Amino acid sequence: MEAYVQQKPGEVLKPPVTSVGVIGWVKSNLFNGWFNSLLTIVTLYFFWKVIPPLVRWAFIDSVWNTTGAVCRGADGACWSIIATNFRFILFGFFPYDQQWRPLIAILILCGLLFYSRDRNHWTKHFGYAWIIGLVVMGFLMRGGLFGLPSVEPTQWGGLPLTLLLSVFGLTIAYPLGVILALGRQSKLPVIKWLCVVYIELIRGVPLISLLFMSSFIFPLFLPEGVNFPSILRALVAIILFTAAYIAEVVRGGLQGMSRGQYEAAESIGLNYYLTMRLIILPQALKIVIPPTVSILISAFKDTSLVVIIALWDLLKTTQSVLSNPEWMGFSREAYIFVAILYFLGCFSMANYSRKLEKELSREN
Amino acid sequence: MSEETAKSNEIQPIAEPMIEIKDMHKWFGDFHVLRGIDLTILKKERIVICGPSGSGKSTLIRCINRLEEHQRGQIVVDGIELTNNIKNIEKIRAEVGMVFQHFNLFPHLNIVDNLALGPIWVRKVPKKQAEETAMYYLEKVHIAEQARKYPGQLSGGQQQRVAIARSLCMSPKVMLFDEPTSALDPEMIKEVLDVMIELAREGMTMIVVTHEMGFAKSVAHRVLFMDFGQIVEGNTPEEFFENPQHDRTKLFLSQILH
Repeated sequence: MEAYVQQKPGEVLKPPVTSVGVIGWVKSNLFNGWFNSLLTIVTLYFFWKVIPPLVRWAFIDSVWNTTGAVCRGADGACWSIIATNFRFILFGFFPYDQQWRPLIAILILCGLLFYSRDRNHWTKHFGYAWIIGLVVMGFLMRGGLFGLPSVEPTQWGGLPLTLLLSVFGLTIAYPLGVILALGRQSKLPVIKWLCVVYIELIRGVPLISLLFMSSFIFPLFLPEGVNFPSILRALVAIILFTAAYIAEVVRGGLQGMSRGQYEAAESIGLNYYLTMRLIILPQALKIVIPPTVSILISAFKDTSLVVIIALWDLLKTTQSVLSNPEWMGFSREAYIFVAILYFLGCFSMANYSRKLEKELSREN
Repeated sequence: MSEETAKSNEIQPIAEPMIEIKDMHKWFGDFHVLRGIDLTILKKERIVICGPSGSGKSTLIRCINRLEEHQRGQIVVDGIELTNNIKNIEKIRAEVGMVFQHFNLFPHLNIVDNLALGPIWVRKVPKKQAEETAMYYLEKVHIAEQARKYPGQLSGGQQQRVAIARSLCMSPKVMLFDEPTSALDPEMIKEVLDVMIELAREGMTMIVVTHEMGFAKSVAHRVLFMDFGQIVEGNTPEEFFENPQHDRTKLFLSQILH
């Protein structure tokens, strides 16, 4: 009879040196086959050509705190455009000596948002902290009380405006979108068709036209003397627009729920509201976290469209610095700076959604 | 099948109706699923419904807690007639427990939360007390050690026992079982049937749609045979299996009792 086990039982052999460690990794990831080896070499060549000049331009030859005239003589990047104008880029026409107010408001907002990352912190007291924070932020921005000079919303601009439009726009649009999605599934035909018409109408037009309508056409229907600040009108347009997209994503999640979950909830006597709140939505919303975050990210970037209704958001204040003759032509540096700010916003959203998904999937 | 059966410690039905169904019809579109059902179920009575697939037996018990709506006739559960009145429907659903073929546990909640949800939100029981009740019923279905796990971590038989416990937490007056063992691997069927037998021994009113004829013989007061949306025959298990009256019943029994 043949022996199937030739080694001594229990003997464990090490894998060959070429398949583990650094050599193994390089071999299996960078040089596995002639095509991948070629790609690796081409990519390395590309990095070698691109990265050193980029570093030289951005850091070694760059100038950081000079006038525009000096910049023109320099070989590298002119970060002076940011250093000299960052207060205007960040805060727009907010009175110069009062700009500590939006700065503190932003810090409060970022602090609250950061602390909200951990769902264990979502207590009643933290809810009160949010409300107090919002009131304080509103007071800092608007002023007019306790000796703080009043600042009209028309003077708000830059980063506070971008954050205001996106944070409030998205947090209001999300629940509205969920309600629309539920409405679209309603058994009552009136509610269902209202939601369908709303969603399809809004999705059928670009955000720009909604912004136009809200700022130029909508006021025509208002009675004489009634006027909403244009920031509020832009905010409403962003909310209405984003909610329609979120509604469709959430509807996808709702359709992914099995009939059995509804039946189990109903059979223990839960009513519609409790069935949705306790059973269906927690599962459906979890499924659609990735597409929802995609929509929120793109809505965040789309807030820059408010430029067309003469609001001075972050992008617009940057552009206006570029139209100053002293700084004309340094658009690369200016746009890289705003891009970094937008990237930080988008990346933290994406990062948070990944964290949330991981936490929720650990549950089952 | 367990040798000690519910019969050994007999609880007889009380002569008061729990559920009364009169000339009830239901259609799915043009398809006439239930064609004139007349059935009275007494308190503490245990009924097994069998029949070929598509005969309407699941639809019948789903009408009792209004997961399906009947279009003609009358269904009265514990003195309340099922109409479009949503408050009445919710009241009846809280009194009628239902166990599904595919368990339908809530995957995002752990086992205790699955059980305590109904008492907390429907019966307004304080959370702590609801969790104690949940643990009591988990002990009862021999699964208390899994209390903090999630449904996805349990086997099919365990999930079905949890589902039974979830219904019991609402202290229902009737339990409906819709093919509770059909989706289980063979080695898990017994653990679920044993829990159902224990329940029978305690005098629960039960309506069970199943193909487990051993269970029917040992537990049921009455076995009903349904075909083409009608109750063809209903009798005590002894008579039903020894002496079936209708040809269709005979044919069905010959097919399943080989």
